Amino acid sequence: MTASTASLSPSVAALREKFGAAITRHAVSCGDTIVHVSNERAHEALAWLRDEPTQRFDYLTDLTAVEYRDVERALEVVYQLRSIERKADLRVKIELDKTAPLVVDSVVDLWKGADWLEREVYDMFGVRFRGHPDLRRILMWDTYAEGHPLRKDFPLRGHFSRAEQTRQALSANPEAQYSLEELSIAEAYEELPADMRERLRRGERGDVG
Amino acid sequence: MSTRTLELDLSTPGVDSEGRPIRVPLGVRAGASEDELGGEHMLVNIGPQHPATHGVLRLVVELDGEVVLRVIPHIGYLHSGFEKLGEYRHYNQIVPLTDRTDYLSPMANNVCLALAVEKLMGLEITERCQVLRVIACEMSRVISHLVWLGTTGIDLGAFTPFLWSFQERERIYDLQEAWTGARLTTSLTRVGGMMADVPEGWTDGLRDYCRTFPKTLTEVDTMFTRNAIWIGRTQGVGVMSAEDAINYSLSGPMLRASGVAYDVRKDCPYLGYETYDFDVPVGEHGDIYDRYRVRLEEMWQSVRILEQALDRLEKLKGAPVNVSDPRVILPPKHRAMSDMEAMIYHFKQVMEGVSTPVGEAYLGVENPKGELGYYFVSDGTAKPVRWRIRPPSFLNLAALPKLCEGVLLSDVIAINASIDIVMGEIDR
Repeated sequence: MTASTASLSPSVAALREKFGAAITRHAVSCGDTIVHVSNERAHEALAWLRDEPTQRFDYLTDLTAVEYRDVERALEVVYQLRSIERKADLRVKIELDKTAPLVVDSVVDLWKGADWLEREVYDMFGVRFRGHPDLRRILMWDTYAEGHPLRKDFPLRGHFSRAEQTRQALSANPEAQYSLEELSIAEAYEELPADMRERLRRGERGDVG
Repeated sequence: MSTRTLELDLSTPGVDSEGRPIRVPLGVRAGASEDELGGEHMLVNIGPQHPATHGVLRLVVELDGEVVLRVIPHIGYLHSGFEKLGEYRHYNQIVPLTDRTDYLSPMANNVCLALAVEKLMGLEITERCQVLRVIACEMSRVISHLVWLGTTGIDLGAFTPFLWSFQERERIYDLQEAWTGARLTTSLTRVGGMMADVPEGWTDGLRDYCRTFPKTLTEVDTMFTRNAIWIGRTQGVGVMSAEDAINYSLSGPMLRASGVAYDVRKDCPYLGYETYDFDVPVGEHGDIYDRYRVRLEEMWQSVRILEQALDRLEKLKGAPVNVSDPRVILPPKHRAMSDMEAMIYHFKQVMEGVSTPVGEAYLGVENPKGELGYYFVSDGTAKPVRWRIRPPSFLNLAALPKLCEGVLLSDVIAINASIDIVMGEIDR
């Protein structure tokens, strides 16, 4: 990544002035400006970017994560921000040390659109979002126990053998696939099949940690 | 009772010491207290196999009588792991995966992929290629909106426009087949160019379509726009304010129906869209009716763009489609079979793929459903480190619980239809 100043977004200078050392570095890649913010002050910086009248990044285009093939390299949580009225884009990144628990602050309080996006990042990468109202798996099912599929240490075919995957699929009771949320509404817990109750009791919630 | 909380700690199983699930208090809204009727809330499961969910979407609806208290969408039934698969493929090998995401507009997805990789490589494509891609995008917009129109009509009890729109859609599929050889799995683009130029005489077919298709649009307009039943079912239902639409990251017709004039083609142009003469329809009420009006008008505008693009194509007759860089574009087959250098390039491209410089690029295009964005991170090899799809209907569907607050159960079907979802893209 070469940092040129040709197409650098003016938001970077403003961020540096406001947040100083919390802006760890910036770069320009293919005309897009990328700003790295420290995890501690990321929420504050994102809120500032949204509310500051000169910035007005009111639209969260996308929220995702990137893990590099280089195992030493940090996992990044990526926010694609856009200002609808200024027609400007900015990419904000938070680097997470993979040896520590992967936790960042949720931005659902800033952009409602982040709700499902954060759930997807949690599902696919195992990054937890502090303060998310309903952080659970979204694309994989609740009891999925193989891990987080988009991590680089996750093999393309999954962690479990094909035989084990088939066994689990055949022995699964599709009727029992209700989330805890629905169960508590319906109070159908008592009517559940014994195996589902047993699984809930054991705490099988799909986290291989 | 207080407002509901769903702060399940995911490290713990979410059950108490006796093994019962942690109870989630019901969401009781102001005015609807329990002792009023003493009725129980009912839980209705819609889908995943239900025609009105437009694919394998499952909705769990909590009802108080006929009033919806909340909707919990469940997705993932069509999850195919495209993003993961993309990390194991060369850039040109990802093109067939994009066909299968939003399978109602495969050509537009192909175009987005090629553009994103070209942005990553800093590659300039030829003018004829740009025009061909504009044609592909606008054809996709028309067929996608036609499916939306037909299926939404069916959901609300109108069967005839469904037949009209699918008839018209079929004609575009014929053109698509003549161009790419496939109706759905088009795989039209390549990095730096196209899989093929349009065949001889193909443009006449599209011209004919542009001439005759507006008749159907007029008929649909006559059938729906001032239809009392249609208006009754759609006006004031599923309203989203402009502020909320932005906050919920809605895009495409969903965003514009709420009064936000944001169209990627106008505001962040690609493929030379700024040189075409077309308007972006914007609604004002943000309800289902406005979404219908916006999509209907977009089809008119697409026809306008197609006509202009066809004129340009005429002028660029014989101009090259692909870039001339032999490291990016495969040499013609006859040269690969007779010329040593061309054969080496052919071999290297097929075996090693097109490598990109280290860097990353996000590119958004205005797809029929909304802003489709592809975000590539490259470490300098021929396979991306990360291929992220910014799925427009995923984000649009995420607003469904908000749109369905306090509506009737039958409106849930209408609202869900108005979002224009395609599960292949949501689940990826």
